[in-house]
Amino acid sequence: MNDDSVIISRLTESFLLNCRLFALTLAFSLPLGLVIAFGSMSRFQPIRWLVRTFVWVIRGTPLMLQLIIIYYGPGLLSMAFSWPSGISGRFVAATVAFIINYACYFSEIFRGGIESIPQGQYEAGQVLGMTKMQIFFRIILLQVIKRIIPPVGNEVITLVKDTALARIISNKEIIMMAGEYTNKGLIWPLFATGIYFLVFVGVLTLLLGWVEKKLGYFRV
Amino acid sequence: MPILEVKDIEKRFGLLQVLQNISFSLEKGETIAIIGSSGSGKTTLLRCLNFLERPDKGRIIVNSEVIFDAADPSTQRENEVREKRLHFGLVFQNFNLFPQYTVLKNVTLALELLANKRPDYKQRKKAIQVEIQDRARALLSQVGLSDKLDYYPHMISGGQQQRVAIARALALEPDILCFDEPTSALDPELTGEVLKVIRELAERNTTMIIVTHEMDFARDVADRVIFMDEGVIVERGSPQEVFGNPKEERTRQFLTRYNQK
Repeated sequence: MNDDSVIISRLTESFLLNCRLFALTLAFSLPLGLVIAFGSMSRFQPIRWLVRTFVWVIRGTPLMLQLIIIYYGPGLLSMAFSWPSGISGRFVAATVAFIINYACYFSEIFRGGIESIPQGQYEAGQVLGMTKMQIFFRIILLQVIKRIIPPVGNEVITLVKDTALARIISNKEIIMMAGEYTNKGLIWPLFATGIYFLVFVGVLTLLLGWVEKKLGYFRV
Repeated sequence: MPILEVKDIEKRFGLLQVLQNISFSLEKGETIAIIGSSGSGKTTLLRCLNFLERPDKGRIIVNSEVIFDAADPSTQRENEVREKRLHFGLVFQNFNLFPQYTVLKNVTLALELLANKRPDYKQRKKAIQVEIQDRARALLSQVGLSDKLDYYPHMISGGQQQRVAIARALALEPDILCFDEPTSALDPELTGEVLKVIRELAERNTTMIIVTHEMDFARDVADRVIFMDEGVIVERGSPQEVFGNPKEERTRQFLTRYNQK
C-alpha cells in the first residue's frame, strides 16, 4: 500500500468518530430538546425560569469551553464522578457536551414552532373532545415538524462541522488527524478533510430536501 | 322544557366586563341568531358555552343537567369538561380544519379517537371503523362535498372548507350546534353556499345558535333573535319583532347602520 492510500484510510477512520458523534448527538438532543422546550413553556414559573436560564447559559458560552469544562471539570473540582479513562472517556464526555448544547438550540426551534401554530388548531381539537395529548400528537406535532425543518436543517448541518471541536479534548477526529500530517509538512490531507464534510453535508441536504418534499402534501 | 338554559353568565377579562347578566334559553329544534357589533361579546358567549372560556359567574344547563356552575368547581373538572363540551359543537369563523388531514379524515378523526374508548372497540374494530366512515361520507354528501373526500384543506375554497367544518361538527351529534360568524372570513360569492347548508340544517330542526353579521340570513332562518351590545342582551324576540319593530334605541341604531351598507 502506498503512503497516500494509508493516509486516506486513516482520515476515513477518524471521520467515523465525527460521524458517531454526529449520530449520537442528533439521536439524543432532538428528544431532549423537546423536553427542554416544554420546560421553557411551562406554566409553572420557577421551572420556566430555571430552564430558560439554563438555555441562556448553554447558548451564551462557547461549545469549546463547555467541552473543556465537562471533560476536565469533574477532575479539577475533585468530584466523586469521573469520566472513564482513555479514548472512551473523552468520547463520552464530548458526546454529552454536544447533546446538551444542541438540545438547547433545538429547544428554541421547537418552542418557536409550537408557538407558531394558531390557537384555533388547539381549540378545534378541544371542541371535538380530544385530550391534550391527542391534540399535540395528532394535530400539532406534524405541523410543527413541517415548519421547523429548515431551521433544524441548519442546525444539523452546523453540527456536522462542529464535531471537529471534539479534538479540544483530544478526540482524534478527522481534522486532528490531518493536522498530524500538516505538522510533518504534508498539506493535502487537511484540504482533503473538507471533501469529507462537503460530501456528508451534501447527502444531508438531499435528505432534508426529501423530507420537506414528503411533507409538501399539506400547507400550514 | 328547554334543551339549553343559560343563567346569569358573567365574564371579565381583567378590568373589562365582556359579558354581564346573560340569560336565555333554547328549545330543542330551535335556531337562535345572535347579532350585534364587533366587541359586543357574542363570540365570547359562544366560547363560554363551548368551555373555551370559563365564565366568572353563572350556570349552563343542558337537558336539565347543570354542566357548568361558576360557583361549583366540581362542575369544572378537566376530564368531565371534555365530555360535557360534546353537548355543543362549534363552527369557527376561520374554519380551523386540520391541514395535514384529508377532508374525510378531518370529519372522522374525533370519532375515531372517541371510538377507541368504547368497551366493544377491540372486538368490533372493523365494523366500527366502517360505521364511522359511512357516517362521515353521509355528512359530507349532505354538505355537498362527496367529490372532495380525498382533498386536503388547502386544495379547496374557503366556502368548501367551512362546509367541511360543519360536517366535522355534526359528526359528533351535538345537542346544540354553534356558529361563530361562519361566513365572515369568506369572499361574498362564497357565503351563499355556507348559508345554504345552515339553512338546510334549520329546516331539519337542528338546534343552533348562530352568531352572524348576515342580517337577512338571521331574519330568514332564526326562530328568535338576540341583539347584544357591550356585553349585555339589549333586546330579544322573534325576527319580525327585532328587525321589524325594535323597541330599544340601541337596536334601532345598530340596524340602521346595517341597512345603510
